[in-house]
Amino acid sequence: MSEASAPIPVTVLTGYLGSGKTTLLNRILSENHGKRYAVIVNEFGEIGIDNDLIVESDEEIYEMNNGCVCCTVRGDLIRVVEGLMRRPGRFDAILVETTGLADPAPVAQTFFMDEDVRSKTRLDAVVALVDAKHLPLRLKDSKEAEDQIAFADVVVLNKTDLVTPEELRDVEATVRAINPTARIHRTQRSAVDLAEVLDRGAFDLKRALENDPHFLDAEEHDHEHDHVCGPDCDHDHEHHHHDHAHPAAIHDVTVQSISLRGGEMDSKKFFPWIEKVTQIEGPNILRLKGIIAFKDDPDRYVLQGVHMIVEGDHQRPWKEGERHESRLVFIGRDLDAERLRKSFEACQAVPN
Amino acid sequence: MPTVAPLDLDGHCVAAVFLNDIPHFALADGSVHRLDHGHKTVQANDGMLAAAHDPANQRLVTGGEDGKVFAVKADGTAVELGGAGKKWITSIAAGPQGAVAYGAGRSAFVRLADGTIKEFQHARTVEGVAFAPRGLRIGVARYNGATLHFPAAEGKPLELEWAGAHTGITFSPDGNFVVTTMQENALHGWKLSDGKHMRMSGYPAKVKSLSWAVRGRWLASSGAPAAIVWPFHAKDGPMGKAPLELGTRGDAMVTCVSCHPSQEVVAIGYEDGMVLAARFADQKEVLLRRPGKGAITSMMWDREERRIAFGSAAGDCGVIDIAA
Repeated sequence: MSEASAPIPVTVLTGYLGSGKTTLLNRILSENHGKRYAVIVNEFGEIGIDNDLIVESDEEIYEMNNGCVCCTVRGDLIRVVEGLMRRPGRFDAILVETTGLADPAPVAQTFFMDEDVRSKTRLDAVVALVDAKHLPLRLKDSKEAEDQIAFADVVVLNKTDLVTPEELRDVEATVRAINPTARIHRTQRSAVDLAEVLDRGAFDLKRALENDPHFLDAEEHDHEHDHVCGPDCDHDHEHHHHDHAHPAAIHDVTVQSISLRGGEMDSKKFFPWIEKVTQIEGPNILRLKGIIAFKDDPDRYVLQGVHMIVEGDHQRPWKEGERHESRLVFIGRDLDAERLRKSFEACQAVPN
Repeated sequence: MPTVAPLDLDGHCVAAVFLNDIPHFALADGSVHRLDHGHKTVQANDGMLAAAHDPANQRLVTGGEDGKVFAVKADGTAVELGGAGKKWITSIAAGPQGAVAYGAGRSAFVRLADGTIKEFQHARTVEGVAFAPRGLRIGVARYNGATLHFPAAEGKPLELEWAGAHTGITFSPDGNFVVTTMQENALHGWKLSDGKHMRMSGYPAKVKSLSWAVRGRWLASSGAPAAIVWPFHAKDGPMGKAPLELGTRGDAMVTCVSCHPSQEVVAIGYEDGMVLAARFADQKEVLLRRPGKGAITSMMWDREERRIAFGSAAGDCGVIDIAA
């Protein structure tokens, strides 16, 4: 049955005007990487490549009629994906380019909330291009630039040749402050290794953890990305950036990340809690990711969410000697860190 | 016993219709196959997304990824009628006097028989188009409602508002009601004389197929493990009335419905490719086709009311002869 074939991976490409998105798109379309992409863009305009599978589509944000303001989908994507998937043999993957000002949430949510899209595709990763030179300016005048970083699984920090090493360090620290879990790649002229952007399985937490077992582990991140100091340490003391050495760079950041750690959880307490938190705080939660250890459960449980949508599954058995620890990261705005921490800890099988 | 003459094609069937009593099967790749003393093929769009049967002219009008509109006839011709630039044409309808309506991006177009094309721009995407049964009037399904235009006359369109994304549209055969399919699992209706709303919800899946029964007394719909058939013979339509549930199955959803031309009977296609016929009066069912390779996507009765052309998402199409 042709409909039952493996879900097609979808990469979402975000980034402010001038961040190098079109350059990256052109590379993906022209370089020989052995994969055929169907590309959904807002305007053909800047793409210099002739390809039957470039689809022009008007961004249509549809609010769902369920009383939840953050439950939005991209109506045009539902239609285009349905059309593309009727002839699935033409391409191996789909790439969605969003406009510079786009909120990435409706795009991501479409792949969870629409049953037809969900049955035929899987969200692979949200990739954000960031202009290293202009990010500080962008953050001053737009919430979207910040949202795009907060949402991303992969951040391509582009145009690094236009900034000094100090500026680059500040910009990267800012990105890290907004999103402690994303993978960051420094590039010039969008020359990132395409394998770091495409077919990542970043939205598939199981695979994300296989690729990067420490991605919720902030200390490891420090090493990997060779940080001097950075606000990575933010995750443990969120007021830290007030005394940070580069206050100007962080000043326009309104997104916060809250990293919670605990022991083994009582599933009877944890699931109602996470449901309640996402119901109430959904509009303020941009992304959440976590690995949970449940009491009397031999398997690690991984979960992730977008606004009010949370998905979770068992990943693999805990290894011998591995600490049964639960970790959960919220990226959002106006979140009460202390309350989240206390209520999270109250879900532990053996309270602190 | 009903018999099935299969036609195994390669690809998603967008429309299965009869043109001059010859079964035609239009696929997503734009090829249109017909069984006319053997299997013959004509190419329409480069990528077909939408198709509508035009009974008055015995033709199939199609729109596609190439931004073009074609008219396919039983003589094996596919003639380009118009287009919408590079935009995908995602919805299409055939109307009175040879008119064709189609939607592409945020515009609805009406092509009159003399070749003139009128464009109606919308603030949001045109998700569905339909003609009213009389006069030259089109309905456009859009975000937060529907808009009715009168392409032959100047004047303001009629706006019908209801919050949510409306993805498809149909007029009742008497022209008294407009019904839309929605992004959430529901239908919405308006009684045109007074603007009264009709909410038809409770579906477990999106409704993608609608079919009016003879004289518009009922509206059959997909989107559940049974055909959901709403009564429209009362003055206020289905308000306050429960629908019929025909052909209920525990293990498969209905994906396509097609009402008999003269009797209160509906052909029901399922996601596993099975086809049943069910009678409204006593809910009696007859198996017409066993499960196949893919979900039924399109069905049509012939003028003799003896055969049903059907197509599936996997390309296993065919013609059911119920009298054989």
